[in-house]
Amino acid sequence: MADLLNPVDWLLALLQVLLFALAAPLLAAWVKRIKSRLQNRRGPSLLQPYRDLRKLFRKEARVANSASPLFRAAPYVVFSATLIAASTVPLLAVHLPTAILADVIVLVGFLALARFFLALAGMDVGSAFGGMGASREMLISALAEPAMLMAIFTLTMSAHSTNLSSVIQHVLDSGLLLRPSFLFALLALLLVAVAETGRIPIDNPATHLELTMVHEAMILEYSGRHLALMEWAAQIKLLLYGVLISNIFLPWGMAQQLEPLPLLIGLAAIAGKLMLLGVVLAVSETLVAKMRLFRVPAYLNLAFLLGLLGMLSHVILEVGV
Amino acid sequence: MTDFSPLLLAELAILAVLLSALSALATRHLPALMRQLVIPLMGFSGLLALLAGVWTLGTGQNSTAILPIGLPWLPWQLHLDALAGLFLSLVGGITFIVSFYAPAYVREFEHGNDSLPALGGFTGLFIAGMQMVILSDGAFVFMVSWELMSLSSYFLVTFQHEKAANRRAGFLYLLMAHIGGLSILLGYALLAAYGHGLSFEAMRAASLPEGWATLAFLLALFGFGMKAGLLPVHVWLPEAHPVAPSHISALMSGVMLKVAVYGLIRFTWDLLGDVHWQWGVTLLIVGSLSAIMGVLYAMMQQNMKRLLAYSSVENIGIIFIGLGLSAIFSGTGHPALAVIGLVAALYHALNHAMFKSLMFLAAGAVLHSTREHDLDQMGGLLRRMPWTGLFFLLGCISIAALPPFNGFVSEWLTFQTSLQAWALDSGILRTLLPIAAAVLALTGAIAAATFVKLYGIAFLGRARSRRARRAREVSLGMRSALAMLAIVCLLLGILPTLVIDTLNSIPQQLLGKGLEQATAHGWLWLTPVSAETASYSAPLVFIGALLTWWLAQFLLRRGSVRKVRYGDPCDCGFGTPNARMQYTSVAFAQPMRRVFADLFRLREEVTRDEQGRERHQLQVEDPLWDWLYLPLARAVNALSKLVSRLQSGNVRIYLGWSLATLVVLLWLIS
Repeated sequence: MADLLNPVDWLLALLQVLLFALAAPLLAAWVKRIKSRLQNRRGPSLLQPYRDLRKLFRKEARVANSASPLFRAAPYVVFSATLIAASTVPLLAVHLPTAILADVIVLVGFLALARFFLALAGMDVGSAFGGMGASREMLISALAEPAMLMAIFTLTMSAHSTNLSSVIQHVLDSGLLLRPSFLFALLALLLVAVAETGRIPIDNPATHLELTMVHEAMILEYSGRHLALMEWAAQIKLLLYGVLISNIFLPWGMAQQLEPLPLLIGLAAIAGKLMLLGVVLAVSETLVAKMRLFRVPAYLNLAFLLGLLGMLSHVILEVGV
Repeated sequence: MTDFSPLLLAELAILAVLLSALSALATRHLPALMRQLVIPLMGFSGLLALLAGVWTLGTGQNSTAILPIGLPWLPWQLHLDALAGLFLSLVGGITFIVSFYAPAYVREFEHGNDSLPALGGFTGLFIAGMQMVILSDGAFVFMVSWELMSLSSYFLVTFQHEKAANRRAGFLYLLMAHIGGLSILLGYALLAAYGHGLSFEAMRAASLPEGWATLAFLLALFGFGMKAGLLPVHVWLPEAHPVAPSHISALMSGVMLKVAVYGLIRFTWDLLGDVHWQWGVTLLIVGSLSAIMGVLYAMMQQNMKRLLAYSSVENIGIIFIGLGLSAIFSGTGHPALAVIGLVAALYHALNHAMFKSLMFLAAGAVLHSTREHDLDQMGGLLRRMPWTGLFFLLGCISIAALPPFNGFVSEWLTFQTSLQAWALDSGILRTLLPIAAAVLALTGAIAAATFVKLYGIAFLGRARSRRARRAREVSLGMRSALAMLAIVCLLLGILPTLVIDTLNSIPQQLLGKGLEQATAHGWLWLTPVSAETASYSAPLVFIGALLTWWLAQFLLRRGSVRKVRYGDPCDCGFGTPNARMQYTSVAFAQPMRRVFADLFRLREEVTRDEQGRERHQLQVEDPLWDWLYLPLARAVNALSKLVSRLQSGNVRIYLGWSLATLVVLLWLIS
C-alpha cells in the first residue's frame, strides 16, 4: 500500500476530485438541454447551472426562525460527504490512491450519510413539506440501497474485490464478455441510479408541485449559499452515478498509466460515454411519466430482482467457469 | 491467588459491586448515600472490571481461581481468558460510564415513593451477576450467576410497579427468562452427561455424537437467543427494556444482551467445539429475520425507548449474521474467512454496547427533562438541549451504520465476510450469503430511516407540547456520560485496526487463527481479506471528510455575502405554519407501513362520535402475538383446565393422589 502513496498520484487524485466537482453542473445542463430539444424547446445554455450557482453563492442566505443549528451545518455535511463519495470513483484513470482509501461499500455509506443529513435538514424547519420529503426520500432509499448493493455485489463477487479500481481492472482484463450477470447488474444499477438521483419517473427535479416532490421538498427552505451547496451536491451525485455506470460496464479508454496522453484519452472517453448516457436519460425522461409514490416500491423491487438474478446467474453459471 | 493477576482485579470488581448493593440498604434512611456511596462504588467496580478485561485482552494471559465458597465437590471456579476479557471490559466500561450518569437521574427518586434500596441493591446484584456469568468456569456457577442476573433485572424492570403495564412487562420477562434458563440448563446437562463433570474443562473434553451436539446447540440457541432477543422469542424485550429506569435500560440493552451473546459463543465455539455449517445456516437465517423484522417494528414505534428496544433486536440480529457467517465458513473448512465473521460479530457487539447505551442514556435525559415517552409530544429539543441533542445525533449516526462512525465498520466487515461466498463449494450457500447481505443492506437503510424519524421528530422542528417547549438541558454529570460514549463511538469508527489488533487473541483462542492480515499494512489500513480484495482507511477518510468540510466552510464564510437573515419559514401564502402542521412520527412511518403492511398486524378504523366528529385510530402490533404466543397461551390454559379437574377440594382425595404418586414412584425406582 505504501508504494501507492507518492505525491504525484495524490496530486492527480486531488485534481480528479476537483474535475468531478467542476464537471458536475455540466452533465446536468447537458441532460436538460437534450430534454429541451426533444420537447421542441431551445433550452438553456450549457453554462446556465454555473451561472445559477454563482448567483446563489453571492446571495444572502435566509434561514427560518424555527431552524436549529443543524439546518446551517447540513449543507456542508451533505456536500462534503457527496464529494468524498465521488473521490473514490475512478474518473479518468484506473489506479489512483483515493480508490484504495475506500471501497464501494464506503461509497454507498457516504452517500447514505449525505442523505441522512438531507432528510434531517428537511425536517428541521418543521414545515409539512420537509417532513413529507424526508419520509419519502427515506422510503425510496431504503428500497433502492439493497438493490444497488445487490448489483454491486454481483460485480464484486466476480472481480473478488470490492475495490472499484480492481473491479474496473478486472473488466478491462477479461475483455468484452457478454456475461448475463453483468447485464442484469447493469439494468438494476440503471434503475437504481434513476431513483437515487431523483429523476423521472421517481422524482422530478424540475418541479415544485407540492404533492409530488421529494428532493425539492427537503431543500425548500434553503436559499443562498446553502441552496447552492445542496444543488451542487445533487449534481455531483448525478455525475457520480453516471461515471460509476459507464466506467464499470464500459471501462474502455480509461488511463492505465498516469501519463498525459492516456489521461487525455481517458478524459475524451468519459466525456463521450457521459454524453451518450445523458442522451439515454433525457430520452427516457421524455418518454416516461412520473410514477405515483406507491408504485415506486414495485419499480425498485424490479431493480432488486434484476440484481438478484444477476447474482444468481453469476453464482450458478459463472463461478468456476 | 498471591500474585496480582487480571482475575484478582475482576474479583475485586465483583466484591465492590456487591458492597455497593449492600450499602444500598442504608439508603432507606439516608437517600443521599445513593449518590455518595452506592453509585461511586458501582462505578469503581466497573473501572476495575474494565481494567481486568483490557489487561487480559492485551496480554492474552489466562488465569483461573477457585472462590473460597461452595461445596467441596462443586468448586466455584472462575476463569478469565480473552473472550471473557472482551465482555468483561464491556460490562465494566458501560457500568463505569453509567455511574457518571446515574446520580443525577436517581435524584428524582429520592423524594418519591420509589424504593431506593431496591434500585441500588438490585442494580448491584445485576451487575455482579453479569460479571460472574462471564467469569464462570463451570456450568454450576454459570447457571447460578445467570439466574442472579435474570432475577435481579426482573426487580429492576418492575421498579415502578404501580403501573400495571410495568408489572405485565415484568411478568412476561420473568416467564421467558425462566423458559430460556431451563433450555440453557438442559444444554449444559447434555454436555455434562458426555463430559462427566460440570466444569467447563470437562465439557470441552467431551465428544458428543452429531445428533446430540446439534440438540445441545439448538437448546443453547433457544435459551441464549431468548435472552438476546432474537426473533421469534424477542417479545419480552420491547416490553421490559423501556419500563426500567433509563440507566438500567442502557445496562440491559447495552450489556445484558451481550452477555447472552457471550454465552452462546462460549457454549458453541468453546465448549461444543467443532462447529457445523448447518448451525451457521440456522444462525444466519435467525439473525437475518431478527435484523429485518426488528428494524421494521422499530420504525413503527412512537415511544422513544420502545423504538430503541426494537432496534436492539435488529442489532442482535446483525451480530448473529456475523456469527452465522463465521460458523458456515469454519464448518466448510475456511478458517481464515471464519475469523473475519467472528471478528465482525464481536466488533458489532462492542459497537452496539456503546451506541445503544448512548441512545438509552440520551433518551433518559430527554425523559428526565420533558417527562415524555411519546415522540409526537416532543419536537425542537435540539434548541432546548443542545449538548444532549448533539450526542444523540452522533448516536443516531453510529447506530444507522453511517461512516465514519463505529456501526459502519462492523457492518462493513460483515459485508466483506458475506462477499467471500465465492470460496464456498455449495451453490445454495453461495446464493444464501449474498441474500443475507442484501437483507443486511435493507436493514441498514431502514435503520437510517428509523433514526431520521426518531431524531427529526424529537429534536428538530417545533415543540409539539408544553413540556417539550420547557425542556431544560440536563446536568453536567449526565452530559459527560453521553460525551464519553459518543467519543468512544467515534474512536471505534476511525481506529478499527487498533480495535481488531486488540480483539485478535479471541479468534486465536476459539478458532486457532488470528486476523493478522487485516492490519498487515499498518494502522491506517484495514484489509480484512487482502489488500487487493478490499481496503478501508478510516483515519484518512475521516481526515479527508473533515478537510472538505472545513474547506467548504472556509471558502463560503469568506465570501462577499456571509450574513444570514432570519425570517419566517415558507407559508405558501397562508398563515405561518404552526407545530401541529408538522409531520408526526406516525405520518413519517406511513409509506413504510403501507409498503410492508403484510408484516404487521394493522388495525385501522374510523369511528364517529355523537357530534359527528371523526376519530381515526391506528394500532400497529407484532403479528407474532397472533401467530405464536396467543395460540400457545390458549394451549397452556386448556391444559391447565384439564389438570384442574383433579382439584375437588376434598382432602381425602388429595391424600389418595399423594399415596398413588408415592406408590408409582416406589415402583419406578425399585
